[in-house]
Amino acid sequence: MNLKSLNIPVIDFVGRRKYAMIFSAILLIVSIASIGFQGLKFGIDFTGGTLIELGYEKTADLEGIRSKLASADFKGANVQYFGSDTEVLIQLEPQSTSSAKLSSSIIRMLGEGIDVRRVEFVGPKVGEELTNDGGLAMLYALIGILIYVAFRFEYRFALGSIAALVHDVIITLGVFSLLQIEFDLTVLAAILAVIGYSLNDTIVVFDRIRENFLATRQVEPGSIINEALNQTLSRTLMTSLTTLLVLFALFYLGGEVIHSFAGALLIGVVIGTYSSIYVASSTILAMGISKEDMLPSEKEKKEIDARP
Amino acid sequence: MNHYAAWKNALIVFFLFLSTLYALPNLYGSDLAIQITGTGDYIVEDSDLESISSTLKENNVDFKSIKINSNNILVRFNNSQSQLSSKTLLKSSLSRNYVVALNLAPSIPPWLGNLGGKAMSLGLDLRGGVHFLLEVDMEAVVSTSLDRYYNELRTALRKDKLYKKIRKEDNRLVVSFNSEDLKDKAKKVIKSDLPDLVIVEGSELELELGLEVSSSAQSAAKSSALKQNITTLRNRVNELGVAEPIIQQQGSERIVVQLPGVQDTARAKEILGAVATVEFRLVDEQNDVQTAIQSGKTPSGSKLYQFKDGRSLLLKTTVIATGENIVDASSSVDQDNQPQVSIVLDSSGGRTMLETTKEFVGYRMAVVFIENQVETIIEDGVAVKKRSKTQDIINAATIQGTFSNRFQITGLDSSREARNLALLLRAGSLSAPVEIIEERTIGPSLGADNIQKGFISVLVGFALVLVFMAWRYRVFGLVANVALTLNLITIVSILSMIQATLTLPGIAGIVLTVGMAVDANVLIFERIKEEMRSAKDIQKAISAGYEKALLTIADANITTLIASLVLFSFGTGAIKGFAVTLSIGIITSMFTAIIVSRAMINLIYGGKKDKELAI
Repeated sequence: MNLKSLNIPVIDFVGRRKYAMIFSAILLIVSIASIGFQGLKFGIDFTGGTLIELGYEKTADLEGIRSKLASADFKGANVQYFGSDTEVLIQLEPQSTSSAKLSSSIIRMLGEGIDVRRVEFVGPKVGEELTNDGGLAMLYALIGILIYVAFRFEYRFALGSIAALVHDVIITLGVFSLLQIEFDLTVLAAILAVIGYSLNDTIVVFDRIRENFLATRQVEPGSIINEALNQTLSRTLMTSLTTLLVLFALFYLGGEVIHSFAGALLIGVVIGTYSSIYVASSTILAMGISKEDMLPSEKEKKEIDARP
Repeated sequence: MNHYAAWKNALIVFFLFLSTLYALPNLYGSDLAIQITGTGDYIVEDSDLESISSTLKENNVDFKSIKINSNNILVRFNNSQSQLSSKTLLKSSLSRNYVVALNLAPSIPPWLGNLGGKAMSLGLDLRGGVHFLLEVDMEAVVSTSLDRYYNELRTALRKDKLYKKIRKEDNRLVVSFNSEDLKDKAKKVIKSDLPDLVIVEGSELELELGLEVSSSAQSAAKSSALKQNITTLRNRVNELGVAEPIIQQQGSERIVVQLPGVQDTARAKEILGAVATVEFRLVDEQNDVQTAIQSGKTPSGSKLYQFKDGRSLLLKTTVIATGENIVDASSSVDQDNQPQVSIVLDSSGGRTMLETTKEFVGYRMAVVFIENQVETIIEDGVAVKKRSKTQDIINAATIQGTFSNRFQITGLDSSREARNLALLLRAGSLSAPVEIIEERTIGPSLGADNIQKGFISVLVGFALVLVFMAWRYRVFGLVANVALTLNLITIVSILSMIQATLTLPGIAGIVLTVGMAVDANVLIFERIKEEMRSAKDIQKAISAGYEKALLTIADANITTLIASLVLFSFGTGAIKGFAVTLSIGIITSMFTAIIVSRAMINLIYGGKKDKELAI
C-alpha cells in the first residue's frame, strides 16, 4: 500500500526514533533529578496542616496578616494572595498542637467581617493515609491496565504501554517538581486521568499496528509501525486538540481550585500524545515484535479468512 | 445499505426522550425554603402542617407554598427576608421535637416531580458547607470497658473474699490471691460470671492472675461506642438545625459528618467535638482549702477543684447528680441579664437533689464542668494521641432552700457558652472522646463562585469543541455535535436519576468527557475518510468505518474506565465525584457517539447513491 497515493502524510517517525529517545531521556533525567533533589511540593492533603482562604472587601494587607499571625505565635504560616489581591490564602504546617480548632482561632483573631471562603484541615494521620492510598491507587491502575492490555494484545504491547505511561507520569511529576507547583489531591486525580488518557491514545495506535501486521504482506516491523502511526496521526492530533481545547477552558475559567488539576492534565495530554507516537511503539519495536507474534489463534484466523 | 430498522430508531428516540425528560429538572431553579423535620423517631404529621401554616398566616408572613413530604414539611418563600423571619418565628413557636432548618428546594413542576424527576444534588464545594471526619478514641473505649470489668470483677470476687488485691496494669487486670485454693475458686467464678474476661497466657504466676477483656467483647464495646456516638452526634446536629445532614460511619472507628449550608463552623466544631458533661457536688465546708493546698493532702471524702480563674475549692467526692440525669436544658438570661442554663432532672436525680438540699440548706453546691479532649500532636516527627481532661467549677452557690428537679445554673462567661452548654446537655454526651481529624469547609461565596466557574468552563469548552468539529468534519461534524450534546444531556440525566453528588471535580470530569467523547467520532470519521480514498463507495465506506473503529473505541474506553474505577475505589469525596462523572461520561459517549451518530448518518446518507461525503 502506498500511503502517498492515499493522501496520507508520510512522516518517518520510526526512523527518527533515536532523536525522540534522546529527547525523552533528557526529559526523564531532568524530571527524576528534580523529583530526587527538590522533591514535590506536597499540599496539605498529604502533609497535613491547615489552609484558610479569606476574602477581603479591599486589597488585603498581607504584611498586617503576617505580623498578626507571628505575634500570636502561629509558626510557619505561609500567607499569600490567591487568584486576586482581595483573596488571601493562609497555610500552616502541622503544628505541635495541630487541631481543627486552630483555624477557628486564627479566623477569630483576624477579625470580624472577613468572608471565610474555605477552610481545610487535614490531621497528620489522614495525610499519611492519603499519601499511601494515592501511591497504591497509581500502582493498582497500572497493574489493572497491564493485565487488560496483555490479555487483549500481547505482553510486549502491555510493556510498551506501561513504558509510555511511566514516562508520562514521571515527566508530569517532573514538571510539578521543577516549577514547584503544589501537588494536592486533585493533581493526583489528574495524573490518574492522564494514565487513562495516554493509554487511550496508545491503544488506538497499537490496534492499528496489529491490524496492519495481519493485513499486509510486508514483514519489516519498522515500516509497518510507521505506517500505522501515520494512519492514526490525524486522529491522534484531532483528539488531543479537542481535549486540549476543553482543558484550556478549565485552566483559564475553572477557578483557582482546579487550576493545578487542569494544569496537570494539560501537561499530561501533551506528553501523552507524544509518548503514544514515539515511546510506546519504539518500545515494542525495541523488544523485537514481528509478524509471527501477531499470528492469530485458530478462531481469529477464520474471521480474517472470511474477510473480503 | 446503512439502514437501521424502524424499531431500532424508535428505541434510540425513546432513550433520548427519557434522558432529556430526566435532565429537565435541572433547568428549574430552586426556592428558598425552610425544612421542618421531627427529631428522633417523631415524624411530622398533617396536623403539624396546619399549625405551621396558621402560625405563618397569623404573623402575616408571605410564603409561596407549604407541603408535607414523607418525613418533612417544606415551606417555600419568595424572598430571603421572609425565609429568615419565619425561621426565627417557627423556632420559637415549635417545641424541641422539631428541627427547623434553612434549605434550598428545587422548584420542579409537579408533573415532572410525579414522574420521579429530580435535580442533581450539589456537593458541599458547590453549595457551601462543612465536611468533618471524626475519629473515635478507641483506646479510651477499651480503657473504660476495663474500668467497668474492674468493678464487676471486684463485686464477683468479693462475695467469698476470694482475692487479695486487684490492680489495673496497662490493658489488663491483675488479681493476687492468698492461696492457690482461692485462686482456683476465683477462676471458676470468673469463668461462669464474667465470660468476657480471659486469662492472659503466660501471666499466671504462683498467686497471681492476669485478665484481659476478650477481643470479641472489646470489638462489641467499640462498635457500640461508635453507634452511640453517631446517635449523639445526630442529636447535636439536629439541635444546630441543618437541612439534609449526613452522619455516617466510615470504617471501624470514624464518622463522617457533612453539614450543607452551615456557616458558623466554629460553633459546629465546638458542638460536635465536645465530650462535656456536668456534675453537681457539695462543697466541703468543714475543711480549709488553704491547708489542703499547702499540705498537699486532701481530706478523705473530698477532692480539690479549681475555678477557671484558678481559685480552688474542696468538693465532696459524692456526686449528687450528673449530666446523665438531665432530661432538658435551655439557656436564657436571669433578672440581672446574666446568662443562665435552666436544668430539668429526671426522677432519680430530682429525688437525690431534694434530699440533699433538704439536709444541707446553707451549704454551697458546686457545678463542675467536665470535658474530655483528645488531640493528635506531633512529637519527634511521630503522631501521637494526647488526652486531656479538664474539670472546672462553673459556680458554687449557697443552697437557699429545697428544690428538686428544676433549677438554674449561673456563673457562665457568656450567653454563647450558656447556649452551647444547654445544647450539649440536651443532646446527651458522647460515649467516647472524638477528635476532628479532617475538616473541609467551603463558604457560600466560594460555592457560588465554583458553580459559576464550573458552568462557564463546561459551556466554553463545549462550544470550542462544537466549532472545531463542524469546521473539520462538516456534515459529519454536525452529527458528532448533536451526539455530543445528547451525551451531555444523558450524563446530566443519569447523575440526576441516581442522585450522585455533583462536585467541582465532577464538573471537571464532565468537561474532560466532552473533550474525549468526540474521540470515538473522530476515530470513526477518520476511518471513513480512509475508506473513501480506497473504496470510493460511500455506503461501503460508512459501514466499514464504523465497523473497523468499533473495537478500537471499545479497547480505548475500557482502559480509561479501568483507570477511573481505580480512582473511584480510592476516592475520598472530591476524587470520587470526578471518577463518577468520568465513568458515566465514557459509557454514555459509547452510546451517543456510536449508535446515535450512526442512526443520524444513516438517515442522511443511507441508501443514497452520492459519490461524495461531506466529511
